[in-house]
Amino acid sequence: MSTASTPPTTRHHLLSVLVENKAGVLARVASLFARRGYNIYSLAVAPTDDERFSRITIVADADSAPLEQIVKQLNKLVNVIKISELDPLDSVERELMLCTVKADASSRHNVIELVSIFDGRIVDVGHGEVTLAVAEIPARLDDLEELLKPFGILIVQRTGRVALPKLDRTFTR
Amino acid sequence: MSEEPIRMNGGEALIKALELEGVEVIFGLPGGCILPVYDPIIDSPIRHILVRHEQGAGHMAEGYAHATGRPGVAMVTSGPAATNIVTPLCDAYMDSIPMIVITGQVPVGAIGTDAFQECDTIGITRSVTKHNELITRAQDIPLVVRQAFHLATTGRPGPVLLDIPKDIVDPTNPNSAMEWYWPTDEEVVASMPGYKPTTKGHPKKIKEAALMIGESVRPVLYVGGGILKARAAEALLELAELTQIPVVTTLMARGAFPDDHPLCLGMPGMHGNYTAVTAMQESDLLIALGSRFDDRVTGKLDSFAVGAKIIHVDIDPAELGKVRRPDVPIVGDARLVIEELNRALLALGGAEAQPDRSAWRQQCSGWQEKFPLSYEQSEPGQLLKPQYVLEQLRDLSPENTIVATGVGQHQMWTSQYWTFRHPYTWICSGGLGTMGFSIPAAIGAKTGMPERTVWAVDGDGCFQMTAQELVTAATERIPVKIAILNNAYLGMVRQWQEMFYDERYSEVYLSPDLPDYVMWAEAMGCVGIRVESPEEVAPAIIRANSITDRPVVVEFRTDSSELVYPMVPVGRSNSEIVVGPTGGEIQ
Ligand SMILES: Cc1ncc(C[n+]2csc(CCOP(=O)(O)OP(=O)(O)O)c2C)c(N)n1
Ligand SMILES: [Mg+2]
Repeated sequence: MSTASTPPTTRHHLLSVLVENKAGVLARVASLFARRGYNIYSLAVAPTDDERFSRITIVADADSAPLEQIVKQLNKLVNVIKISELDPLDSVERELMLCTVKADASSRHNVIELVSIFDGRIVDVGHGEVTLAVAEIPARLDDLEELLKPFGILIVQRTGRVALPKLDRTFTR
Repeated sequence: MSEEPIRMNGGEALIKALELEGVEVIFGLPGGCILPVYDPIIDSPIRHILVRHEQGAGHMAEGYAHATGRPGVAMVTSGPAATNIVTPLCDAYMDSIPMIVITGQVPVGAIGTDAFQECDTIGITRSVTKHNELITRAQDIPLVVRQAFHLATTGRPGPVLLDIPKDIVDPTNPNSAMEWYWPTDEEVVASMPGYKPTTKGHPKKIKEAALMIGESVRPVLYVGGGILKARAAEALLELAELTQIPVVTTLMARGAFPDDHPLCLGMPGMHGNYTAVTAMQESDLLIALGSRFDDRVTGKLDSFAVGAKIIHVDIDPAELGKVRRPDVPIVGDARLVIEELNRALLALGGAEAQPDRSAWRQQCSGWQEKFPLSYEQSEPGQLLKPQYVLEQLRDLSPENTIVATGVGQHQMWTSQYWTFRHPYTWICSGGLGTMGFSIPAAIGAKTGMPERTVWAVDGDGCFQMTAQELVTAATERIPVKIAILNNAYLGMVRQWQEMFYDERYSEVYLSPDLPDYVMWAEAMGCVGIRVESPEEVAPAIIRANSITDRPVVVEFRTDSSELVYPMVPVGRSNSEIVVGPTGGEIQ
């Protein structure tokens, strides 16, 4: 897993995996990827509104294996209920970034300005640094990270993507 | 309305659940964490066979499943016992054998503390089981046991492991209290929303397959172990005879189609016969039924059967397109799909509507005549040829004899020289290639099929890995017969060193007489017989076949220099098959 600044391209598969909310299920999914030689780029998991299930959003490295094999092998796990491949063009995605960046009196307003351009917020303030939070599409987070670098990034923590399919807006008569 | 609840402890519930699942025998060995479950076994009609090593328990369960089609059950304790059974789990996983393994575990509260004999059994076995489950509540036992049997035996079969902490089965611990219930089939299915194997093939695809078969002039039925798992041998025979298409049976499918049938071409692959290998190479349509394009069958993939279209039938969707992209993929149970396919072919006009394939069959029989399996018979006074031993064993053993093998040259020769006429008479470790498989597997098979003659053909190397289970066999009066082809070497490895490492033999010599196999056999309560020359072979086999009250070990001292042919060298195209030491390469 990494937050490499290469924006997600077609080299990545975006999978939304509905699983039983049971002990060890994440380990099964993760070890299947390892065992079959598929790379995980990022992974986010949390229970759904129905507490029997969790949803895992996996960004998988497409070069490591054809999507079809990944999906079929995942489907064989007894605790996996449903897998959807999300087309980035046809889905809404968000990723959360927390970032502590140097911000003394002279630079603080520049940082704040930048954060507001990205619809983020300052969530913690120290004497010489601030921590900001932004939820955005991953490419925008990459941009912000790039722009924050000159100020001096102390720590970055990103969550990996979550995604849902875009809603159908075709009319039905 | 509600009946009086039946209260019992988790250990009793586990044994009762196994009884209700129809289990007749458990292969196992007790220890600390599983101890409470061994107490109710005393009062159960289930037979328990006490093994000498847990690996033996696992392979016995596999052999039992191979021979009977019913899931084999093994039960062992935690820690070292659980790790000892990892090899059979992986073996069963690779060969899709239905098996239930029950392991003891430290009490729930002690998990994660590095308690005595604790190991992460679930973590260790995750990738070698179809599914595994740590049961943490006694109340869950009946449901989880039912789930395990359902998973092991449906869809693509495989091993399922249940890890059972001691406190939930120990009657002195309040955690073991439970109220008995027995879930219905519907409840079991509903409890696993993510498990829905497809058994019925898609009618449109089946029709497409039937049409494609009707257009092919050089088709081959490429039959794998899935045919046996699906109990589809009869449907296959009907398909082959209806279409007059030749059949190859992979190492895992020997016996799925009779070797003496005119359409049978025998085994393909690295040590397959020339005709089976070449027919696949030259075919215009491969109808893959429960086979998985294993590398040992395809040889170099990009030159495998390049002119062939592919119809691929498998119960596991992940097999379709994993290695070779099929033109017609069909997910489903092999028996159901073949039966539908037969109907579709009949609807298209049956045998009359099939193209004339006599030229193709003639080409195949031409190859069979030109390149039969062959070896040079030894002169009197010379060393015994392993192939000769196998021919004698085959001819002198009763019809329907079950034969199990280890892994190595002896395994390939047995598959090559035996004439398989019936399904479920062949048991070997294909996918994992586990040395030491044959003795416990043969014991498991004999346990399930006590009225059948069961021979294990073993290598001297393999024998030394699991021979201790002959003590189990002698004690439990399971009269299996073992033929050791003692070539004093790790023969298959020696063969590779001879052929690919300039005859530089590294760590493959075992010695012909250390150990003394006859003395060892006798010490284990078996009859031991040594055979050194060709004229002793038949009498020894006849004598062994007549002994029915205890296991027999016949040690055949065979020629170390004998090589398995034909051979497709690793990484080479199947078209470069080498038929024999002097035959050189064809084409
Ligand atoms: C557990 C295990 N270890 C190592 C191997 C590698 N291996 C494959 S065949 C073979 C030699 C087997 O020797 P033997 O049982 O004497 O059979 P032979 O080939 O001589 O007939 C070996 C070491 C294996 N398949 N399984
Ligand atoms: Mg040997």
